[in-house]
Amino acid sequence: MIAMNFRGPFRVRADRNKPDPVIEHPEDAIVRVTRSCICGSDLHLYHGLVPDTRVGTTFGHEFTGEVVEVGSSIKNLKVGDHVLVPFNIACGVCPFCKQELYGNCHESNPEATAVGGIFGYSHTAGGFDGGQAEYVRVPFADVGPMVIPPDLDLDDAVLLTDVVPTGYQAAEMGGIKEGDTVVVFGAGPVGIMAAKCSWLFGAGRVIIIDQLEYRLEFAQRFAQCEAYNFRSLSDPVLFLKKTTDYFGADVCIDAVGCEAAGSTLQTITGRKTLLQAGSATALHWAINSVKKGGIVSIVGVYGPTGNLIPIGNVVNKGITIRANQASVKRLLPKLIEHIRAGRLNPKEIITHRVPLEEVSDAYHIFSRKLDNCIKTILIPPSARA
Amino acid sequence: MKKKPEDYSHIKGWGIDADPENEPTYPIKKYTGDDHQRLSYAKPPQQPSKVEILHSNERPGLTSVFGTSSPPSGLSGLIRRHAFTYSEGNWGHWLSLILADRINVWEGIASDLLHGHIPNIFAERGWNAELKYNKKGAIQKVVTGVLVTTVAAGLLYQLTRKKKKTNWL
Repeated sequence: MIAMNFRGPFRVRADRNKPDPVIEHPEDAIVRVTRSCICGSDLHLYHGLVPDTRVGTTFGHEFTGEVVEVGSSIKNLKVGDHVLVPFNIACGVCPFCKQELYGNCHESNPEATAVGGIFGYSHTAGGFDGGQAEYVRVPFADVGPMVIPPDLDLDDAVLLTDVVPTGYQAAEMGGIKEGDTVVVFGAGPVGIMAAKCSWLFGAGRVIIIDQLEYRLEFAQRFAQCEAYNFRSLSDPVLFLKKTTDYFGADVCIDAVGCEAAGSTLQTITGRKTLLQAGSATALHWAINSVKKGGIVSIVGVYGPTGNLIPIGNVVNKGITIRANQASVKRLLPKLIEHIRAGRLNPKEIITHRVPLEEVSDAYHIFSRKLDNCIKTILIPPSARA
Repeated sequence: MKKKPEDYSHIKGWGIDADPENEPTYPIKKYTGDDHQRLSYAKPPQQPSKVEILHSNERPGLTSVFGTSSPPSGLSGLIRRHAFTYSEGNWGHWLSLILADRINVWEGIASDLLHGHIPNIFAERGWNAELKYNKKGAIQKVVTGVLVTTVAAGLLYQLTRKKKKTNWL
């Protein structure tokens, strides 16, 4: 089959001879991929920032597909079902899954206890091949995948596997109260979605911060929020303090993670020399911009080692930090209702549709932010027929 | 095993201020108390291990399922095996894995060549897209690269030449 093949930092190719996946466990299914996305967090792998990202693996944790084979224990799915597959691999029976922490499953990742299994996200997240391929093995297929309702657009469905739930959970973890000022750092797909979802919780003012004008313009339109370029602000924290009457935002959301720009020290130590687990500039700003007793919600992805952040300010300001991988399965029913009611329209963020065979160019475009790229969908040849 | 309140009868006031409403993980976590089972829950069937799978030393064994992509091999595999002797909280674990990743890139190129495939690094890096959407930037990069290489080669040549002359004298 054709599959994306990682060859090293900044190097990927479409491999035409990757063996088809097979059933390896009675609760597996094999899915023929119909849509897969490149996630902003895939760029952390692509840029070589996530330890144990091995040459030859296939990325991709956001995908939809048709079930073509099921394991002997599968009861809820049948061949021919068209499913959306949450990025978390969850067993459904460990104490974490039973408490709806589907992003923290204890039975899907032998390589690290700090993170559950994730499709196509390095061996640190379980060593599973991902969905940027024609076929993919889906473990615990009775737990995660959901048959796509007939009235749901396929493009919306694929964005429900990660981007929408992650953005929504970012706002949810903010504990937003009616009238709150919410600041979202990062106008990538997740940040844009977090800004949009903040209104659903009753925010009174939503501000998004980034450095790319085209994304800020899109965010302003899509999420009906205020948008500011930190390159034009001499001090983003001071700006946010002034614009909140020197009080601080009620809620700050870090939707950037380990590749934040804006601080030379963080960039050198976090992105260039890997002395810390990525550049924590956005988190630094979030902690310093939030009010005393405020909430910082983190959905940006960081590596496993450690980061330079002002933890003393967290203590002295009495900040509550809330963070997690999105629990996709928990949120799906609610998010589908929001889409049906027209409150969310995720597919508007898709800017690029690229044949899977051109995956090298697709990664480069997304990484370099060329052609006003916001969200890229890869389409395998069998799904184009 | 979870203890009962009477087991704490020797502690004056045990549990008197417990507040079930004080649950900062809501609504992300639906608290059930299952955490107190620790690892004694009924596990799903075990996936057979047909390739080498490394596992964190912070857990007793493999998980019920795991990915079988790219098992450890070669020099990078040796380093990865060493990395997994450290716990996840240890820098030795992660830095060893990053070193293994970098070595693995060269192993990948060697493997390509051994299989008769010459990797098209220009295409793999997506430079076709750079030329299409950022032609000016791409040309600037190439020109800068050529200039830097030329200057470096010139300097190296000069240094080597002087050294040779010194030797003759």
